Amino acid sequence: MYQNERVIGRTSESALSTNKVLRNTYMMLSMTLLFSALMAAVSMMMNVGFMANLIAFGGSIVLLWFVLPRTANSSAGVAVVFAITGLLGFGLGPILNTYLAMANGGQVIMTALGGTGVIFLGLSAYALTTKRDFSFLGGMLFIGFMVVLLAAIANIFLAIPALSLTISAVVILLMSGFILYDTSRIINGGETNYLLATVSLYLSIYNIFVHLLSLLGALGGDD
Amino acid sequence: MEMWMKVTYAILMGMMIIAIWPRAKHMLTNSPKPSGDDWRAVLLPIAGVILFVMLLISSVR
Repeated sequence: MYQNERVIGRTSESALSTNKVLRNTYMMLSMTLLFSALMAAVSMMMNVGFMANLIAFGGSIVLLWFVLPRTANSSAGVAVVFAITGLLGFGLGPILNTYLAMANGGQVIMTALGGTGVIFLGLSAYALTTKRDFSFLGGMLFIGFMVVLLAAIANIFLAIPALSLTISAVVILLMSGFILYDTSRIINGGETNYLLATVSLYLSIYNIFVHLLSLLGALGGDD
Repeated sequence: MEMWMKVTYAILMGMMIIAIWPRAKHMLTNSPKPSGDDWRAVLLPIAGVILFVMLLISSVR
């Protein structure tokens, strides 16, 4: 009897802690997405060039690899997460300005934004309601992401439009898989740090948005 | 885009591959083996995403 009570006590304790991580992650995610959008708007108004995108990309990688792992368990980690997402948002400015210069650019951006939201909410709801363990996807997703990165490096120099579209389509599918994987890790207690969970989900959302924009811009153009 | 910018982007992406590789290798060897049911549970939402993206593309055409 006492044993059972202890087990029930531990289970509810673990469920409470999981709910706390989930709640903190979604709260932090919504704040960082808003901050990121604000930074994108600032860089659009400043009309910064693609150099800003490159600097923001490089800066966010440095913070992601060298600073976040050391600060993820302290309050300084919150500032680092805002810095990463702010930089990535700022880097979006020149990309969004390029699309806005297109005839139906505004519609493409709004469709990509809404589409990203629907994909994220749909996949999160699916992972949360089924409560399935998607940890088996981890290895395949990371290897798939590495292959896509290799293809993307090649296409920087080759500039083949068909390869670019293929990369965008594959990235959307991989990031959808990452949303399932990351959400299931939070639910099943595999991720207990809400800052790391926020950054993982943010990067999936960011990549889906950028590549959906690329697909819609290329296939939905009126030329 | 200028050549030096292309090279810088390529270097940054190459660094990402180098950083991800140990984790990818570890996860590939230590990930649990999926069952047929697990695959079905993944393919269903992914098929939904594919259909939804196709719908979005047709909506902006």
